[in-house]
Amino acid sequence: MQTADLLPLVLVLAAVAYGFAYMRSRAVAAPLGGISNLKALPAYYAARAALWCAIPALVILGAWAAFEGKVIQNIVMASLPTELTPQSAGHASLTLSQISNLAAGKLNPAMVPDGISSAAVLLQELREHSSNFKSLLVVLIAVLGGTFAWTRVAPTINARKSVELTLQRLFFVCAAVAILTTIGIVFSVIFETVRFFGKVPMSEFLFGTNWSPQTALRADQVGSEGAFGVIPLFTGTLMISAIALLIAVPVGLLSAVYLSEYASPRMRSVVKPLLEMLAGVPTVVYGFFAALTVAPFIRDLALMLGLEASSQSALAAGLVMGIMIIPFVSSLSDDVINAVPRSLRDGSLALGATQSETMKNVIFPAALPGIMGGILLAASRAIGETMIVVMAAGLAANLTANPLDSVTTVTVQIVTLLTGDQEFDSAKTLAAFALGMMLFIVTLLLNVIALKVVRKYREQYD
Amino acid sequence: MSISMSPAETTIEEGKTVGIPFSDDPKFHLRNVGVFYGESPAIKNISLDIARNEVIAFIGPSGCGKSTFLRCLNRMNDSIESCRIKGSLLLDGQDIYDPKRDVVELRARVGMVFQKPNPFPKSIYDNVAYGPRIHGLANRKSDLDDIVENSLRKAGLWNEVKDRLDAMATGMSGGQQQRLCIARAIAVSPEVVLMDEPCSALDPIATARIEELIAELSESYTIVIVTHSMQQAARVSNRTAYFHLGHLVEVNDTSKVFTMPEHELTESYITGRFG
Repeated sequence: MQTADLLPLVLVLAAVAYGFAYMRSRAVAAPLGGISNLKALPAYYAARAALWCAIPALVILGAWAAFEGKVIQNIVMASLPTELTPQSAGHASLTLSQISNLAAGKLNPAMVPDGISSAAVLLQELREHSSNFKSLLVVLIAVLGGTFAWTRVAPTINARKSVELTLQRLFFVCAAVAILTTIGIVFSVIFETVRFFGKVPMSEFLFGTNWSPQTALRADQVGSEGAFGVIPLFTGTLMISAIALLIAVPVGLLSAVYLSEYASPRMRSVVKPLLEMLAGVPTVVYGFFAALTVAPFIRDLALMLGLEASSQSALAAGLVMGIMIIPFVSSLSDDVINAVPRSLRDGSLALGATQSETMKNVIFPAALPGIMGGILLAASRAIGETMIVVMAAGLAANLTANPLDSVTTVTVQIVTLLTGDQEFDSAKTLAAFALGMMLFIVTLLLNVIALKVVRKYREQYD
Repeated sequence: MSISMSPAETTIEEGKTVGIPFSDDPKFHLRNVGVFYGESPAIKNISLDIARNEVIAFIGPSGCGKSTFLRCLNRMNDSIESCRIKGSLLLDGQDIYDPKRDVVELRARVGMVFQKPNPFPKSIYDNVAYGPRIHGLANRKSDLDDIVENSLRKAGLWNEVKDRLDAMATGMSGGQQQRLCIARAIAVSPEVVLMDEPCSALDPIATARIEELIAELSESYTIVIVTHSMQQAARVSNRTAYFHLGHLVEVNDTSKVFTMPEHELTESYITGRFG
């Protein structure tokens, strides 16, 4: 049986174990005068039986699946006659694929040496044995585990404790998956970054003002030295993010004030979901909007005013990105404004303050730390945004302070460096990882600060 | 809270109040007041006068409507969407609920102290100066300093805080915070101070301080106090009003209410048979 078939089988067995243990615990409880005389509820005995049935079997199944291929491979390779023993790693993988192709019937046996075809037969046999043995072992362990737990349904044994403990560990494993993934990502980026700094000095990367990552493909190629100064990218990122925040912070904040303080409950129930819908629009759609509507409009407007403007501008990307992050600011601000205790509002109103005075003098200062947290989260979102900028701000790495110029950002450069067929050992592609690392550090710092600020604020009223 | 209507099932006649609910020269002139949350009535046809410079205590079991009634007097129920108010409520002969009435001016005249101390998360000075600032009561910094000092003195807090006026108000003890809230309320020179169970979150010593303070304030302000403590009502008030399920059952001189209640519900409540 295949792993995919065994998995449901184990689950069915676990369900059966659950049922049997449940019935047995009822039966054990009956002469004692009801389930209240058991140490735990019948469902706990049943759950324990199911866990005993499923977990060891699944562990064995997983381990088998992980090592089966490797072990069989080694046995098959060892069986090859000496004259066919591979000399190099490349040769070994070639031989191996020949064997497995032969075993799968994709290769004509007449075309390969005898040693190979007998190895293919061996491979086929081993696979069958392994599969049979695995099925047998897994089912046996599942049945044994279930039976063991079934016999241990007794009024003196506390199944609740062991079930709770198992669940606790299960939850921990789930949490660990997310954390381990993050660590894995960080390490994979770190290794590539270190390789990049082996080719390009860190000082040139951090302080260079020229970004032109095309490197020579051949030694005799002319004019493609490659420059990896990151400053134009970061100024581009900062300019676009700053424009976005200039739009999103006032609009988002004031709409939060309107929603939480002035809007009637009916109005609020309509407007808030609509506003939050902005966050659900795919960024590529914002990109269309920026590139096709906003950028030409800004260019025409600038020309009308007699200003020089490129058809892809930082301003267009920043404006649209600002619209995109409005819901981040407004939703979080709305939450923190609502978290300001009603008693403070009442206190101010009872002194004869108007609603706007109350807002300005009491609620806003009290909510400010939380609002700052929301703004920082929105900022890290803006810095990491890619799609709008690719479509609306262009690819030219200009070091400029003019928002009507086209600029590029860190994320856009990562995309352009890595799309298409690339070899992953040139400075050009490795630069993407260094950029990613920098971006990661910057947004991580922003997030840490934001969370700290928000947490400090939460403590104030609890 | 369960209300067992012993000794006998007592019926309350709507709008009928025993005792002396009216006065010749009232500060508040309240007639046939009804308050509804949506469709359900919280206050049923209450008529009452509150005299100038008296301390009147509202007592009654939880949910009897005494806080709701108190909050009608400075329109703090306005912010509750479903709340409707009927009847005539006059402050010095002027309708409190006149649509043209300026709520800001009303609340400057009728101050309020809440159940839980609610100082703003600002400095002690800024808390007291809050009202005078928004009402423009002081032209110069020195005027404002005087108002703050006077209010804190009246609230009996000056000696405790005069050296740390810049400290955060939220760092004070509960009793100090409540006295600060009283100082904050009287800093705008109101004519009436409404107190909604001002001592319910305080320990006995802090409570005693507040009660002393109420006695002192009663010389210059009309005070309406809602309280769950009958001892407190007996100690601080001139008149006591007993509320029951949205009705005003009995109003009389405090000494009379606690020694010879006229209504049997009042008697049951003050003798602790329910509530």
